Amino acid sequence: MLVSYKWLQDYVDLQGFSPEELAERITNAGIEVEHISYPGKGLKGIVIGKVLTCEPHPDSDHLHVCQVDLGSETVQIVCGAPNVAAGQKVPVATNGARIAGNVKIRRSKFRGVESNGMLCALSELGVDKSLAPYEDGIYVFDDEVPVGEDALPYLNLDDAILDLDILVSSAHCMNMIGVAYEVSAILDRPIQLKTPVVNELDQAADEKVSISVEASDKVPYYGARLMTGIEVAPSPRWIQLRLIAAGVRPISNVVDISNYVMLEYGQPLHTFDYDTFGSDHVLVRYAGENEEITTLDGQKRTLTPEDLLITNGKKGVAVAGVMGGENTEVSDATKTVLLEAAIFDSLTVRKTASRLQLRSEASSRYEKGLDRNRVALAADRAAELLSLYAHATVLKGIVESGDRTVPDQIITMPWQKINKVLGSDLTCEQITGILKRLNFAVDVENDVMHVTVPTRRFDVTIPEDLVEEVGRVYGYNHIPATLPEGTSSHAALTPYQKIRRRTEVLMESIGLSQVYTYSLTEKESASSYVVHDKGLEPTQVIWPMSEEHAALRQSIVPQLINVVQYHLNRQMPDVKFYEIGKVFLPVDGEARPAEEEHLAGVISGHRKERNWEGEPLAVDFFSVKGILETLFDTLAVSDRIDYRASRRTGMHPGQTADVLLDGEVIGYLGALHPKVQKDSGLNESFVFEVAIESLLRNGEAAIDYHVLPRFPSTTRDIALVVKRTVAAADLYRVIRENGSQLLKSVNLFDVYEGSHVADDEKSMAFSLVYFDPERTLTDDEVNAVHEKIVNACAEQLGAELRG
Amino acid sequence: MLKEKLLELREQAIENIGSADGLKALQDVHVRFLGKKGPITEVLKGMGKLSAEERPVVGQLANEVRKMIAAKIEEKKADLEAKLLEMKLESEKIDVTLPGRKTVTGNHHLLGSIIREVEDLFIGLGFSIEEGPEVEQDYYNFEALNLPKDHPARDMQDSFYITDEILMRTHTSPVQAHTLEKHKGVGPVKVICPGKVYRRDNDDATHSHQFMQIEGLYVDHNVRLSDLKGILTVFAKHMFGADREIRLRPSFFPFTEPSVEMDISCFRCGGHGCNVCKGTGWIEILGAGMVHPNVLRMSGFDPSEYTGFAFGMGPERIAMLKYGIEDIRNFYTDDIRFLKQFNRA
Ligand SMILES: [Zn+2]
Repeated sequence: MLVSYKWLQDYVDLQGFSPEELAERITNAGIEVEHISYPGKGLKGIVIGKVLTCEPHPDSDHLHVCQVDLGSETVQIVCGAPNVAAGQKVPVATNGARIAGNVKIRRSKFRGVESNGMLCALSELGVDKSLAPYEDGIYVFDDEVPVGEDALPYLNLDDAILDLDILVSSAHCMNMIGVAYEVSAILDRPIQLKTPVVNELDQAADEKVSISVEASDKVPYYGARLMTGIEVAPSPRWIQLRLIAAGVRPISNVVDISNYVMLEYGQPLHTFDYDTFGSDHVLVRYAGENEEITTLDGQKRTLTPEDLLITNGKKGVAVAGVMGGENTEVSDATKTVLLEAAIFDSLTVRKTASRLQLRSEASSRYEKGLDRNRVALAADRAAELLSLYAHATVLKGIVESGDRTVPDQIITMPWQKINKVLGSDLTCEQITGILKRLNFAVDVENDVMHVTVPTRRFDVTIPEDLVEEVGRVYGYNHIPATLPEGTSSHAALTPYQKIRRRTEVLMESIGLSQVYTYSLTEKESASSYVVHDKGLEPTQVIWPMSEEHAALRQSIVPQLINVVQYHLNRQMPDVKFYEIGKVFLPVDGEARPAEEEHLAGVISGHRKERNWEGEPLAVDFFSVKGILETLFDTLAVSDRIDYRASRRTGMHPGQTADVLLDGEVIGYLGALHPKVQKDSGLNESFVFEVAIESLLRNGEAAIDYHVLPRFPSTTRDIALVVKRTVAAADLYRVIRENGSQLLKSVNLFDVYEGSHVADDEKSMAFSLVYFDPERTLTDDEVNAVHEKIVNACAEQLGAELRG
Repeated sequence: MLKEKLLELREQAIENIGSADGLKALQDVHVRFLGKKGPITEVLKGMGKLSAEERPVVGQLANEVRKMIAAKIEEKKADLEAKLLEMKLESEKIDVTLPGRKTVTGNHHLLGSIIREVEDLFIGLGFSIEEGPEVEQDYYNFEALNLPKDHPARDMQDSFYITDEILMRTHTSPVQAHTLEKHKGVGPVKVICPGKVYRRDNDDATHSHQFMQIEGLYVDHNVRLSDLKGILTVFAKHMFGADREIRLRPSFFPFTEPSVEMDISCFRCGGHGCNVCKGTGWIEILGAGMVHPNVLRMSGFDPSEYTGFAFGMGPERIAMLKYGIEDIRNFYTDDIRFLKQFNRA
C-alpha cells in the first residue's frame, strides 16, 4: 500500500514528524514500511509558467516558439509538444534547472531559435510513464495556480510516499482512512474525518432500478446509487495526483473517483454505464457452468457455479469483486452511472480471481476483508465527488439488499490479562488509554473491561487480539525481559539423539565429512540403491518445480554419488562423505510414506595420499567395511552384526554385502558397479547405507563392567588350509562355536594364496587368545580346546592344519 | 722384587687401558692383566718364595693393583660405551621438518553445527529436543496451527503436496501440535524442534526448496511475553555475542497472538549502521509470539489455564548472517572447500 504523506495530513496532523520518523513509528507498531520514496527527488528550478504566445517555429513543422511568463520575467522557450497552446499554465524547467534523471536544462538553440528552458511533461519530472496522464504532451494545470511559483508543491512532487507491507492481519490499513486511524493511535493525535455530503434529487433511485440477490450467503450486502447527467472528462488535478501517488493511473473522472474512494475508504466500487445495462434490474447470482462473460480487458472468461456474477437479470455484466464486463463499461459517452457498493465473500472472490488470474486492487481488498460499516459511506463519498467533478445528479437513496451495517463487536476480558500475558505492569488507565487511542470504546467494571471494537478492525476478535493491540501501541521495547518462573524442568538428549551425535563425531574422526542433500530428487534416482526395495513407486509431489526434485528419496546413496561427481569435476578426486537423514519408503495403499533415518557414506579415491614415504593406496571394499565395523564396535553391536555377500542393482556383484542385525538386513555396503562408475565418470567408489534408526532405536545396551583380569591369558596361532570358496566368516563361526568359554578373541592375521598351497586353496592364519578369569590355564586345558577347534574346522570346512 | 713387578704391571695396564680404542681392545686388556693366566696371577703364584713378613705386604699390593686396574677398565668401558651411544644417536638423526603421518578428519556441516549449538543452549535452559515427520498431514501442518483450509495465508502453490491431505511440511511447527497432543493438556511443554522443511520455491541465492528450521515452544501456567523476551535475549547473546541487544517488533503469524519479529543489534557495526544491517543497526533474526489460543485448544490445552510462547528460526539465515555467506545453495552443494572452512563452527 502506497501512502502519500501529504494526503495523510488530511486526516491526522503530522506536524513534527518527518516521513522517516513517521515510517519508523509505523514500523515499530507492526506494519512494516518497506521503503520511502520522494517523487520530486533531485528536481530543481521547476516553476509555474504561463504560455503567453505560441507561434510555429519558422524552420520546423512541429516545434513552437513560446513566450512564457515566469512571474519575474518572460522568456522564450521552444517547445515540441503537440498540445502546447497560448494561455496554458505549465511546469517550466528554467535555465539551470534539473529535471528527472538529473538532466540539467541549459539555454540552447533549436534550429536557430533561442530557448531558455523547457515546458515539462510529468514523465520529465520523474512520474512513471505508465501512470502519467496525457503522455502525448506537456502537463497543463487545469485550475488557478500562481504563475512564477515553485511548481513542485502543485504537482505533489514535494511529497513522500511510504510503502506499507500489508499482511492479512493489517488489511484494515489497505486504505487511507485505515492508515489514518493507525497513525492517530500511534502518534496519539486525533483523527479528523468528514462525512460525505450528497445533494440528492427528490426522485428515488429505487423507482428506476431494483436489486435482488440470490447468493445472499456470499453477498451480505449489495447497494447501488443511480446518477444521471454525468459528463465524462479528466478528473481534477488533486485527484489525479493522489491516484498517481498511490500508483494508479488516472483515466477519467468517473473511473478515477471510484478508484479514489476505494483508496480512501477501502471499499471497492464499480461503475456501470446504465444506458447499456440492458434492464432496470440487478440480479446477483452464481454463474452457470461454463457461462461466459467478456470482461472489460476484452478477454472472454468462462465461469463456474462457484463464481459470483452480477447480471442484468439475463446476462452477466460483472464478475463480482473481480472485474466488470465490457458491455457495460463506462465510456466518454456515458451519461448515467449505476454505482455498485457491495460486500462479497472474500473466499469466493479469492478463488475466482485466482482461477481467472485477475488479481486487482479491488479483488485483493475483498480477499483480505472490508469494513462492513463503510460500504454506504463509500457510495456517498463517490456520489459527492461525482456531483462535484462529473456533473452528476444523484437520485435519492441507495438501492440495496442485505444489511447496510452490522453491530460492532464487544470483547469482555479481565484487564489484568493484558499484563499477565505481556509480563508488563500497566495500570488500568494506561490500558484503557491505549485502547481509546485506537478509537475502541472501553467500559471498565471492576476487574473486567468491555471493549467495543469497530468493524473496521475486523481482525480484532478475541482477548488475545487486544493483548496485541495494547502491546504493539505501548511498545514491546518497554516490556521487561524476564526468565520463566513456571515449573522447573530439566532436559537431555534422548538416547537416540545422543548416539546419533556420537555417530556423527565418529564418522568425522574417521575422515568422512558431513553433507546435507535434498530429499526430493529425480524419480529414477529416488528408486535406486534402496535397502529394502519393495518395487513400489517412490512418493511423488503433485506439482514439482522441476523434474530434478519430483520424488522423495528412498536412499541417500544416489545423492552422495552426485556429491562425489561434483568434486571429481572440480579436480577433487579423494573424498569421503556421510549423511544422516530421512529416507521415505512408500507404503502400499497409503499416500504417506514411512520415514526412516539412515546413515549413508561414500568414499572415493585414495585412503593414503602419495607422500614422501611412498605410493598412494586406493580405497577398497575393506576401507568401507572398516568404517562400518568401527561404528558397530563403538555402538557395541558388533556381536549382533553379520555380513552376507549380496547382489544389488548398481553395485559390483562380487564386492557387495548386506549388513544384518540379529539376522535382519539393515543395510549394505560395497563397490559401485563399474558400469555406474563409467556412466557417471567416477573413480572406483564404495558406498554404504544403514538404517541407523532401527539400529539405535532402543538406545544402547547397558555397560557391563568386568573386574580387571588377575590371571594371564594364553595365545595360540593356528594356520588352516581351506578351499578358496570357504569364507572367513565360516572359519570365525566354527572357531567361536568350538572355543568354549575359554576362547576370548579370534584375530585373522594372514591370508595366503600362492605356490605353497594348491591352486584352489588358501591358507588363513588366526591368533586365538584363551583366558579364564578364575585361574591360570594349564597347557593341557588349552590344548584340549585348541584341538577341538582344529578338528571341528577339519570336519565342517575341510580345513587342514598347515605344517 | 715382586713389588716392583706389580708397580710396573700397573703402569703397563694404565697405559694399555688408555690406548684401548674399543670395547674389544679393552676386553683384551682385561684378559691380559686380570685373566687367570695373567701376570698378576703369576705374581701371586710366586709369593710362596717370599718371607712371612713380605707375603701380606705383596699380597695386599697385588689386590690393590688388581682392583685399581679393574676400576680403570670399568671407567674406560663406561667412557667407550657413552661414545658409542653418542655415535649411534648421531647416526639416527632425522629431518624433523618432514611431514608427519596425520589422520585427516572429516568436517561437521555448518548447519549441523548451528543446530547443535542451539540445541545445547536450549537443553541447558530445560528444553527437550522433539522431532517429527517431514511428510505431514495437512491438519498438523496448517489446521492445527490456526490456518484453516481457506485461510488467505495458505497457498497450495507454495507447498509440495503429495495428495490433497498430505504434504511436505512447510515449517517445523507441526511438531508443536504433535507435542502438545502428546502431553494431553498437561504442562509444562518445553521443547525445541529442529528439522528440514520444504517450500515450493525455485532455488536461487536466497531461496531453497529445502531448508532447516528450529522451532521452540514453551507452554505452562503463566508464561509471559516478557519470558519470551528473556529467553530470546539469552539466545541472541549466546549465538551472536554478549553485547547483543534485542528488540521485538509486532508481526503476524496465524499461530501466535501477539506475534513479534525479533531483531538483534548488528554484530558487525554494533548498531551504527553498515551493509550487514542495511544501515538500520538491527538485523532480523526470527519470528515468535504467544501461542494462539486456538492452537492450544485444538491440541487439547485449556487456554484459560495455559499460555505459551513459540519461536521459529532458520539456521541457514543465522549462518549466512554470522559468516557473510552469500548463497544459500552452498549449504546443499556440499563443496568440501566450503564445508572445511566451518569445521570449528
Ligand atoms: Zn550493521
